[in-house]
Amino acid sequence: MTGRSDATDVADAIAAAHRSDWGKIVAGLIRRTGDWSVAEDATQDAFAAAVVRWPVDGIPDRPAAWLTTTARNRAIDRLRAATRQRSAVQELIMELEPTEPHEIDDDRLRLIFTCCHPALSLPARVALTLRTVAGLPVAEIARAFLVPETTMAQRLVRARSKIDHAGIPYRVPSSDALAERLNGVLAVVYLAFNAGYSDSAYADIAVTAISLAEAVVELMPRESEARGLLALTLIQGSRRTARLGPAGELLTLEEQDRSLWDRTDIARAGMILAAAQGRGPYVVQALIAQCHATAESAATTDWSRIVALYDELLALSPTPVVALNRAIAVGMLDGPDAGLAILDDVSTQLPGLHLVPAAQADLLRRAGRIPEAIARYRAAIDLAPTEAERSQLQRRITDLGR
Amino acid sequence: MEYLLFIATDTEPEPSDTDVTPIEDWVAEGERRGIRKQGDRLRPPADATCVRVRKGELLVTDGPFTESKEWIAGYDLIECADLDEAIDYASRHPMAHFGRIEIRPIDRDDD
Repeated sequence: MTGRSDATDVADAIAAAHRSDWGKIVAGLIRRTGDWSVAEDATQDAFAAAVVRWPVDGIPDRPAAWLTTTARNRAIDRLRAATRQRSAVQELIMELEPTEPHEIDDDRLRLIFTCCHPALSLPARVALTLRTVAGLPVAEIARAFLVPETTMAQRLVRARSKIDHAGIPYRVPSSDALAERLNGVLAVVYLAFNAGYSDSAYADIAVTAISLAEAVVELMPRESEARGLLALTLIQGSRRTARLGPAGELLTLEEQDRSLWDRTDIARAGMILAAAQGRGPYVVQALIAQCHATAESAATTDWSRIVALYDELLALSPTPVVALNRAIAVGMLDGPDAGLAILDDVSTQLPGLHLVPAAQADLLRRAGRIPEAIARYRAAIDLAPTEAERSQLQRRITDLGR
Repeated sequence: MEYLLFIATDTEPEPSDTDVTPIEDWVAEGERRGIRKQGDRLRPPADATCVRVRKGELLVTDGPFTESKEWIAGYDLIECADLDEAIDYASRHPMAHFGRIEIRPIDRDDD
């Protein structure tokens, strides 16, 4: 112990421990107790105890060890209160000896794969991962997914109940299922990131999602797609302060002040990508994002490289949305008419999606076909799902002087 | 863990896969590995009978009347270490290719 500590130091130490140790402590307790609720509640207890004890006793020399021991003791108390089988508890106490570092890593991986098990609904997987692995408060997760807190709490209860009753194993999948299951984990992390990132406040969830991606890379360093996802989220996150205009409106890459992009994040993403051995969809998307991130302006962007990367991405995941983004890039490389020709084809595959008329409008504007551009912006406004997007499109019309 | 597999038809079966395990091989594997305890095909819903008792009165009807093209064509009771093993075994049932398999855990809760 370091003696009485400054309130700010204590708050920082608890926040840091929460970021780095929550998932590890919960993961270890779940393996030992098999009880998700006890594991989570006991970990919560330990952090609550730190809030009370650390300002008085000082920050422990090894905060993680202090929290792990406290959480373990609280878990034993909770199990003792819940069970009459004293011997089971005794056994547990014997098993609750300090663990080796590699065991802690194994526990974290087990926890991540179990939370992202495909037998759980996708919203349940995302909620469970953010709550159990990352320790985010239920209220905050509920806010990000626009549901009442009680609904989110019920979703978590049902998910834990299914893990228990359906026999979802607490285990890293076997090697033949690993690739597919890892893709599922990455999809959950990316969905969490986007939920945080689409929020104009750049919610903690986006930061949490990036640290989840970091954890997956740390635990499975040879998986290139995990690296791709981490790099992609880092680069997208690097624009967090640049992507909003003075009125809080969303700005396009072209409109953003690039001096506000976080160069540290972009450089880190570059190093992470450089170590990726394969080229799956996340790696290629990250390379596209990197191409934008390292260009000085939209005009000096290496559009031929971006089109080539979109060709590669389209071969890996042939979806109309990828085709749409490729068409926009072709419009930047070969001129608006080339992009518009491809969009004609894409538009039939994406009826009702506002992004298609919006992209057509942008290209028509570049081609100087202003009345047609305005008509397409209006069509996009009619289809746009959110107010932020509608006002962004409306602003384009205003900028054209109409 | 024990699971009951409902072997069901699907409204829109996918085009048939080429590499499908014959049902005899699937049953043999389940028995060899000690997974499959029992199971059988079922006659179609046209041969089904529904029984209800309401206010002491017995109601027997033909049916169930359902417009759905999805119906249960068979069942298997299996015992597996966990859901992943059950999913793996169920995924190799021939009807997984043409219909769908619903895995329902047997409720062993004491409370």
